[in-house]
Amino acid sequence: MKTFFASRMERCIGCQSCSLACARLVHKRLSWHTAGIRIGSSGGISTGFEARVCLACDPPPCAAACPTGSLSPRKEDGGVKQDRKLCIRCGKCVAACPVNAIVVDELNNPYMCLHCGRCVPYCPHDCLELAVKGQANFVQEVAE
Amino acid sequence: MIRNDFRILLVDLTIRKAHIVDLPGRETYIGGSGLAAMLFEKYGDPGAGWSDPKQPLIFAIGPLTGYFPLMSKTVCGFLSPYHGQYAESHAGGRSALALRFADMDALVITGKASVPCVLSVGSRHMDIKDAPFLWGKDVFTTGKMLRHMLPGSGHRSILRIGPAGENGSAYACINVDTYRHFGRLGSGSVMGAKNLKAIAIVGDASFPLPEGKAYAKCFHEIYDQVTETTMMSKYHDLGTAGNVAALDALKSLPWRNLQATSDPGRIEGISGERFAKDMLLRNAACSGCPVGCIHIGYLREKFMADNRYLYRQVAYDYEPIFSLGSMLGFGDGFKVLGLMDAVEREGLDCMSGGVALAWATEALEKGLITEAETLTPLAFGEPEGYKAAIRHLGAATNEFYRLLAQGTLVAAKRYKGEDFACVLGQEMAGYATGETFFVSEALSFRHSHLDSSAYSADQKAQDKDAAKIVAGFVKDEASRCVLTSMVGCLFARGVFTEERMKDALNSLGYQGVAANLSQAGEAIQKLRWRLRMRTGLNPMAAKIPKRYAEVVTWKGPIDTVYMEQLRQAYAARLLELGREEGLE
Repeated sequence: MKTFFASRMERCIGCQSCSLACARLVHKRLSWHTAGIRIGSSGGISTGFEARVCLACDPPPCAAACPTGSLSPRKEDGGVKQDRKLCIRCGKCVAACPVNAIVVDELNNPYMCLHCGRCVPYCPHDCLELAVKGQANFVQEVAE
Repeated sequence: MIRNDFRILLVDLTIRKAHIVDLPGRETYIGGSGLAAMLFEKYGDPGAGWSDPKQPLIFAIGPLTGYFPLMSKTVCGFLSPYHGQYAESHAGGRSALALRFADMDALVITGKASVPCVLSVGSRHMDIKDAPFLWGKDVFTTGKMLRHMLPGSGHRSILRIGPAGENGSAYACINVDTYRHFGRLGSGSVMGAKNLKAIAIVGDASFPLPEGKAYAKCFHEIYDQVTETTMMSKYHDLGTAGNVAALDALKSLPWRNLQATSDPGRIEGISGERFAKDMLLRNAACSGCPVGCIHIGYLREKFMADNRYLYRQVAYDYEPIFSLGSMLGFGDGFKVLGLMDAVEREGLDCMSGGVALAWATEALEKGLITEAETLTPLAFGEPEGYKAAIRHLGAATNEFYRLLAQGTLVAAKRYKGEDFACVLGQEMAGYATGETFFVSEALSFRHSHLDSSAYSADQKAQDKDAAKIVAGFVKDEASRCVLTSMVGCLFARGVFTEERMKDALNSLGYQGVAANLSQAGEAIQKLRWRLRMRTGLNPMAAKIPKRYAEVVTWKGPIDTVYMEQLRQAYAARLLELGREEGLE
């Protein structure tokens, strides 16, 4: 099963196209925040950018913490599926995530990466990929 | 959020309160340039000085901000300390999307804090914190300290000033997110006069998308055009620096205070190709723009024996390479990066700073001033003197630097040397292309090379038909007013044609704005000129210093008779544009 990886973040220019695409296409929002992937500088823009995104824990602690089954582990390779209808907006998934990859909006709705890969084509520098676990960033392209 | 009224956050630093104001006017003023002008008309006082606490400092975005790629700029409107008149400056970074997601069409700041402070705003907060300890700190130190003081780490936009803005320099900039700037005409000093060292904008809201499929379709057409065609490739490849060698080859690159327009012996060391090969560390982008035109160079400096080094990251572009490079006689890009870094630190506009120091160097050579004034030797191609002079310029150390920081012509009037002051409304942009550009920059609204396509017109053979050229300036300005009201990056003007903008607006439900675009462009243009004239502009009095008559370009010597005809025709047309309504 393919999993999403922000494998080459050293190439990131901070354009936010991935976050905006995730919010727009997956969550139907205009946002750079309520998205499965969020790009931020880490100590100023001179230090480059980092991605806050699900690392596909296996088993996922957010699903274990979810009291209603809104989050459940994917079939294999870690990460979760989300059924929004079951969510009671308790925020336990946010607290359970060890890498702060889940955010909530002002109504406490949680947003996390669902490993769908819809953001991948929006990255102008190929920082992102959907790959089989263990094979991400496997092929290093060489620039002309 | 998509709304017809403008939602404005109005902050009064004197009483430390803010309120939300909803204002009509979208169909006429759109946003950005138009909204900033509308707000200046409402909140500004044309009879009071630029540093009067009641004057507003305005940051405005437009209806397309955040919804489409390259709609990533913010327009700053203010009364300029440079000429005392209404002015606009544009910047990107994260500022535009941060304002969008802080859910405001504009942030307007009035009043003056009793002590130096920083302002933090977001969709759910407004906070003014005393920060006297930041006063006097350079731009880099200020940025580092702010990171721990304000919320929204990693995702906020930070606008800050350096010593130049505190000391009232007429060309102090506002640094935006380290590598971008509201550069020109002194907005940094307007912040300084308000005792406002920095502003953090936290974009922490999110919005529903428009109903229907039109938005997704329009977004994809634009995104694909930007990323899958070669339209934008020059901006991320060599970037604007790619023009340096091209302009030199056309005998149009100002060297050594415009004493020459080409230098075959030095150009290779400061070309965009050389910067990319030896100095480019990485690219960065404004939020919402996949082009990534920001080029960050790398400077390694040995500061102590035993191989003790430090490194700096310095954003470069065509204009700083011209103003701190060729204009100061440098043929070594690393030395130019060193000066760019020094200018950033002080919070000065790099173009005005470099051109002012080029004048000072020639004035020193001619004996109009001495080292008693400059406090350091200044010589073309010698970086150490310039680094010291940049510090003096930011600090306004003595009478000479205080005057020079008010504008090259202010110092030139006092010490003589107005003939060779390279000032076209403000210190020139790097295009010694000919009569059309010189007149355009001297008179156009922002005194910017981006006010019209004059520098590109000069590079082709053209009729010397002043009336036709002036009509072109005016039409060009009105159409750019539309784009800078959306607010789009002017690099995107090939992508965002009028039809494309209409599609985009319609897809968001702004049918009224879409139907009124060209009329709105003209209305915004007229309002901007009216504001400039109410605050003191007399276009007939605009001068083009003698140095410009001595320039030789690829076309040969300047035609001074034609240049004067063009100047008079454009000035007369501007008087018409700025005439008060009812008197037309």
